[in-house]
Amino acid sequence: MAYSFDFPAVFDYTPVLVDGVVLTAALTVVSTVAGVSIGIAGAAARTSGVKALDTAVGVYVEVIRNTPFLVQLFFIFFGLPTLGIRLPEWQAAVLAMVVNLGAYSTEIIRAGIQATPRGLIEAGESLAMTRAEIFRHIVIKPAMKKIWPALSSQIVIVMLGSSVCSQIAAEELTFAANFIQSRNFRPFEVYFVVTALYLGLAVLLRWLLARFGNLVFARRAARA
Amino acid sequence: MPEFTTWDILYNLILAARWTVVLSILAFICGGIAGLLVLLGRVSPLPWLRRTMNLYIELFQGTPLLMQIFIVFFAFPLMGVETTAWTAAVVALTLFTSAYLAEIWRGCVESVPKGQWEASESLAMSFTEQMRYVILPQALRVAVPPTVGFSVQVIKGTAVTSIIGFVELTKAGTMITNATFQPFLVYGLVGLLYFALCYPLSVYAKRLERTLHVAR
Amino acid sequence: MSLVKLTGIHKSYGDNEVLKGIDLKVNEGQVVALIGRSGSGKSTLLRTINGLERINQGSIEVDGACVDPGQSDLRALRLKVGMVFQQFNLFPHLTAGQNVMLAPVVVKKQSKADVRTIAEEALAKVGLADKFDAYPDQLSGGQQQRVAIARSLAMKPRVMLCDEITSALDPELVNEVLAVVRKLAEEGMTLLLVTHEMRFAREVCDTLVFMHKGRIAEQGAPEEVFTKPATPELAQFIGMVTER
Ligand SMILES: Nc1ncnc2c1ncn2[C@@H]1O[C@H](COP(=O)(O)OP(=O)(O)OP(=O)(O)O)[C@@H](O)[C@H]1O
Ligand SMILES: [Mg+2]
Repeated sequence: MAYSFDFPAVFDYTPVLVDGVVLTAALTVVSTVAGVSIGIAGAAARTSGVKALDTAVGVYVEVIRNTPFLVQLFFIFFGLPTLGIRLPEWQAAVLAMVVNLGAYSTEIIRAGIQATPRGLIEAGESLAMTRAEIFRHIVIKPAMKKIWPALSSQIVIVMLGSSVCSQIAAEELTFAANFIQSRNFRPFEVYFVVTALYLGLAVLLRWLLARFGNLVFARRAARA
Repeated sequence: MPEFTTWDILYNLILAARWTVVLSILAFICGGIAGLLVLLGRVSPLPWLRRTMNLYIELFQGTPLLMQIFIVFFAFPLMGVETTAWTAAVVALTLFTSAYLAEIWRGCVESVPKGQWEASESLAMSFTEQMRYVILPQALRVAVPPTVGFSVQVIKGTAVTSIIGFVELTKAGTMITNATFQPFLVYGLVGLLYFALCYPLSVYAKRLERTLHVAR
Repeated sequence: MSLVKLTGIHKSYGDNEVLKGIDLKVNEGQVVALIGRSGSGKSTLLRTINGLERINQGSIEVDGACVDPGQSDLRALRLKVGMVFQQFNLFPHLTAGQNVMLAPVVVKKQSKADVRTIAEEALAKVGLADKFDAYPDQLSGGQQQRVAIARSLAMKPRVMLCDEITSALDPELVNEVLAVVRKLAEEGMTLLLVTHEMRFAREVCDTLVFMHKGRIAEQGAPEEVFTKPATPELAQFIGMVTER
């Protein structure tokens, strides 16, 4: 029996898809900004020389990096209410993504910071700068520039990973797909189209991140 | 319904975790073999083959694992093949793993100096001979740490197969939660078990990488 | 009949035409030095002769094995042409002996026992009989380069190409490698060398080929070329290298 494809059956639901794309994009933007901020703070903490801080952040990073995102999401959405913390779906999704990206970017940025040439830091010290000043003015910018490609890949991975947020009924792109296929009974076509949309989002996101990196880091380099 | 003790919960989760382990190992082995083929195509002298394999890698690295699993799951019936969550999980994870491993290994192959290609080429070796005797043995050395590191991603990836109903650790967690109404405890334990599986591998990968750097 | 025959070789990288029509014949047993300024195309020419670089036009013939721009199977050519590189390019995961044995076993499918004898002889010829089991990183640069020569010799090439094979060596190690090349020349090996060692070229080679901007500007016996340069470019080049 030859199966006959019916893609128009998917495009009848274009508004639903558009909503899904928008929410996935929004989730990604918010979690990128917050996650990378946590990453910078976390990396600063890990390289601060304060042992307790280093250990605490280290535990956070390792716990997140060694458990599945889906389980983190379930823990936040289903588990936290036990402690009286009840979040709506999309907030739970954002929190999970932020926590997840925060851990990965801490690790990535830390590697960048540790690759800073000793001489640069000594130069800062000889100019009587404090540790914090050295971090802010000398260390972090070149470190971010160096790890930007790795960080960009991780952001794309988190965007793609957000697909499982459909499981807590956050109405992002995969949720839209599940919704549509429950109506038109064309799962293959629906997931095919949605996969293509994700691919488009990933390509776009990579391009935007590369542009952003060029813009921000090139200007800094020219000024230096 | 009988009361579940914490111990009961843990016991049942551990039983389910066996399937996480089996699926991970299977996906890693099959994905490794497929990944080697993709790698060979990706670095071969044939431009069309290189482009095709690059497309394959980009496709799997540019789409969610969940979508890959869904597509495999729903594509089988279209081809008239009965499928189970288990088969779809193995196939999808194998494809996913192969793409990522091929890309990781390509980096390792490219870290072998160009002179090694030229020297072996000038000794009249064919592409496969070069790969087998000169390039891969050298690439292998640097490939081990990131490969071990990626096994962690595979284990974590298996969690996504719970969504098509494959009963592994995460799915078992959901089922037990539905029976016990103790999500905090159950998902906490689920997380702990994943951590117990993944963390040693992460540490091992890091240690391998360090010794490699020292050896250089 | 000449062993190596290059006819009308053109080679470009993009818009940059690096070889602009090279004709060259090398007879059996002849030792030819390629000299010329940096960027004149010496390495490129050498690399085309065993197919490391594709040519755009012309043909290369070595002992009956023929290559033209369209041809993709270079195996026959490479079986006749050995190459030694500036950076040695030994296989770091193999011992000296294994480096030498690899290609005869894998490519020529000779028996391991036979190849072992060949490898021992080749290493003995370059004065490294006792280094069979040493890994490249346990050898000095000069020793590594001699292993590379032995590796090439074990394939029994009809002609050997050497591209500045002493340039990466510490000065005190240069002579041990040149001595090996000299010995090969004396034994009748056909050699095509790119070198900056003018004294060596003068003593060992029977032909000097001066390349300038992708062309062969002059060629002849070393004494002639050195004492009576016909072109101002060569005169200038000789002045430059003898001043050093
Ligand atoms: N892979 C390449 N891609 C582009 N241009 C190249 C490449 N290899 C060589 N060239 C160019 O070809 C020209 C000739 O280079 P070649 O290496 O043959 O010179 P050479 O005579 O060997 O010089 P040297 O004495 O410095 O080794 C140079 O202008 C060089 O920039
Ligand atoms: Mg050169």
